[in-house]
Formats: sequence, structure tokens, C-alpha cells
Amino acid sequence: MTILEFFLWSLLKVVVVIVVFLLGVAYTVLLERKLVGRIQNRWGPSRVGWFGILQPLVDGAKSFLKEDIIPTGVYRPLYILAPIIALSCALISISVVPFGDPGVTGSGGFHFFQIADVNVGLLVILGITSIGVYGIALAGWSSNNKYSLLGSLRSSAQLISYELALGLSLVGVVMRAGSLNLRVIVESQAHRGILSWNLFGGLQFVAFFIYLMAAYAETNRSPFDLPEAESELTAGYHTEYSSMKFAMFFMAEYGNMITVGCVATLLFLGGWTSPFGDLIHLPDFFLVRALLPICWFVFKVFTFLFLYVWVRGTLPRFRYDQLMNFGWRYLMPLAILNIVATSLWLAYR
Amino acid sequence: MHLILFIVFAGLCLAGAVNLLLQSHPISSALSLIVVMVSLAVLYLLLGAEFLAAAQVIVYAGAIMVLFTFVVMLLNAGREERTRGSYAARLVGFPAVAVILGIIATVILKAQGLGSAGLRDDITSTQELSAVLFTKLLLPFEVTSVLILIAILGAVALARHGDGEGTPGK
Repeated sequence: MTILEFFLWSLLKVVVVIVVFLLGVAYTVLLERKLVGRIQNRWGPSRVGWFGILQPLVDGAKSFLKEDIIPTGVYRPLYILAPIIALSCALISISVVPFGDPGVTGSGGFHFFQIADVNVGLLVILGITSIGVYGIALAGWSSNNKYSLLGSLRSSAQLISYELALGLSLVGVVMRAGSLNLRVIVESQAHRGILSWNLFGGLQFVAFFIYLMAAYAETNRSPFDLPEAESELTAGYHTEYSSMKFAMFFMAEYGNMITVGCVATLLFLGGWTSPFGDLIHLPDFFLVRALLPICWFVFKVFTFLFLYVWVRGTLPRFRYDQLMNFGWRYLMPLAILNIVATSLWLAYR
Repeated sequence: MHLILFIVFAGLCLAGAVNLLLQSHPISSALSLIVVMVSLAVLYLLLGAEFLAAAQVIVYAGAIMVLFTFVVMLLNAGREERTRGSYAARLVGFPAVAVILGIIATVILKAQGLGSAGLRDDITSTQELSAVLFTKLLLPFEVTSVLILIAILGAVALARHGDGEGTPGK
């Protein structure tokens, strides 16, 4: 494979992944509105297209066409930079996620189903997520609005606190796989299907629980959505944003949800591998071997997103001191205990 | 390719550092510092230290600088006031800095000479790094972690002390 071919294939991969990712974001919004609607015993969006299936496209067009208002009191450079940081961080982190069987390769061992195979892929995702905080922090500060500032202060503090628990909860998984490479981590739980997933066979359910809680806090989702608590802060950090800039924050939030779901799938639910493991032999047919793993992956991420929405429709919002107490005094010690227990178990085995 | 990347990110790093000094607003300075940190991470990556690069982004750009901006936002620090600077400080300061830089440079050059930095493709894996860290450099590593632990305990003690009522567990 020549350099030009490699470049063109990679470009194609990037374009396809970004388009699919953004479509996924749009339809996650619809999924959430429909599901929350059903939970609250109403229909949700149902007018545009069949069962409201075209609603996200109309919403997108609306965001594009609305007037873009920039208040006079804002600090312009950062006010404009903030949504760009938020959205680009959400888009970049998907690039290291492997979403299909790496055994299916093109000529010269070219991988179709991952944009970049990085040795420290897990750390890259954590790093980019931690940079994404600046989008929210700067948005609140540059808006020159008390609600926005309070929202972004809450968000920064919350993200710093829960990042620790999040990072520590992943250590057990990394120790079990012996690598930070996402592909290797998935392959370490591929052999016996559901029994060798880290969630069940790896006895990492405590870590999964911690990851779940921390992920909800990291993505500012209910029940930890204090940075945008409507009843206290109007809309939190994006109070002063309108039209496409607001839509960018919105897309970043749902993009982060999907990324977090991808990471949970890769680390705890066996990634693209089938839950039946080697029990069922796939026919040696190229399309089946290429597409079925992707279907499993998408299905697992979808389950995670469903859980997200379900939790949002069920649990009330935490109070801020409860949130901080929970993070520092329960989740973090629990995560450390999990690391100790996992390493003892691995050493004993 | 490596050389181009090196020049771009070294330039970005220096520009960020200069901008950090020139900006009068604390937030702008903090943001310039983030640019410096991230470009440093890319330079580490060019030297084949991928774990260090990722840790640099997570720890410095992602945690410490968030705390910085958090504090700046919380205090809502205004623009700093520009002073002309004292005449004596300028008279002594610039030569002193030049002399100290000269001394450091000569000592380093004496010790290891003018080598070339190894911009390269091969990457030091996390396994190799931790093998060295937990065998050869175990003592310094552990001493550093104890040092950090002491700092944490100190911070907690100070925060507890400030709470006049002394309500434990709050």
C-alpha cells in the first residue's frame, strides 16, 4: 500500500466515522426524547416523519438558521472558542476507539475499523476528555453571567473530582489485560464470550459501577447534571449561547455520552466480540465477519445509552454537597479498594 | 516529518511561553500555559515517550491547569496593573538572568556535550518504562510518592485547621 493510498483510505475512514458519529449524536437526542416521553407517559416527538424519525434533521436545520446572538458584555475570543473546544474534544476522542474486528484487514494489514491504533489509547481518551473541561469552564467564564459562571464552576469542580474515581476504576481492567491498548484490552476478554468479559469473568463489577457513576458525572448527565440545573441556574454554562454555538455544546454533550458508552463497551463488555465467544462459529464469509462485530459493538453502546436515558427518567438530581461527598468519600476509596483486591487476585491466581 | 513537527510544536511552545508573560489577564496567561503544556506533550511523543506525553496532558493540562483556571474564575481576578518596574531590578535582573542561564548551559554542556536529540519512530512502551521505574528507580519513585502524600496531608491539616468550629467529617 503506497502512502497516497494509505492517506486516502484514512481520510475516508475519518469522514465515515465523523458522519456516523454525528448521526449517532442526532439520533441519541431523539432516542432520549422518545424514551423519556414514554417513561413520563407521553409520546415525545411524533410529527416530523414516521414516528418523528426526521426530528433531528429538522432540529439541526433550525439551529443553523436561527439568529446567532452574541451579548455585548462577553469576552469575545473565549466566548467563540469555548464551543469549538467542547465539540472538537468530543469528536477527537472517538478516533482511538476500535469498533470492529481487527482481524479483517485490507492489503498490507490496513485496519478498517479504527482510525488510529495508539498504544496508550485509553490514556488518550482520558486526556482528551480532561481537555474538554475547558470548553465548559471558559464558556461560563467568558459569558459574563452569574448563572453561567456558577454552572461552569460546578462543572469544573465536579469533573476534577470524578476524574479521579473514573481513572482509578479503569486500573483493574488495565491490570487484567496488561496493556493500555484498547484493542488488546478487548482481545483479552474475547475467548469465552460473556464469561470472560471484564464485567462478569473479570470480576470487575465494582469497577463498572464506579465507572458508571463517574461517567454520569463526567458527562454532566442526570442525576449529576448540576452544572445545568434549570431550576437553579436557568441553563448553566450555556445560558448565553444561541443557535449553532448552543447546538455545538449540545452535540458535544451527546458525543461525550457516546464516547463514554464506547469506552464502557470496550473495557467491560467485550467490545466488538460476540457474547457467545467461540461457541458459535461464524461462516467464513467476508461481509459477515466484517459486519457482525460492528453490530455487536453498536448494540452494546446502544444498551449503555438506553441505561443513560432510563436513569435520567428515573432519578432526581443530587444536591451539590451530596455529589462531592459521594465522589470523594465513597467512590474514590471504593475504587482504590478495587485496585488492591484485583491486584491481590491477579497475584494469587 | 519529525523535524517539521518538532519545529511547529517547539515554536508553539515558545510562543505560548512568551504570550504567558505578555498577557495582562490571568485567564489568558493560564490558557497560554495550557498551550505550552500540550506542545511539550507532543515533543515528548516525538522523543518516543508516549506514556509521558499522555500523562503530561492528563495531569498538567487536564487537572492542574483546570484547577488554576478554576481558582482564577472563582476569585474573578481582574486585569493586572502594569507597572514600569523598578530601575534597579532591571539593571540587576537582566544581567543576573543571563549569567545564571550561562552557568547552567556550561555545566550541562561540560557534563554531556552537544548531543543530538533522538527524534524517532520507535516508542518506549509502558511496560519498559514501568520495568525501569519499579526496579532501578524504585527508591526515588517511592520517596516522591511519600513526598506527595505529605503534601496532601499538609493540605488537609491546613484546611481542617481553618475550620473554626472543628466539625469533623464535614
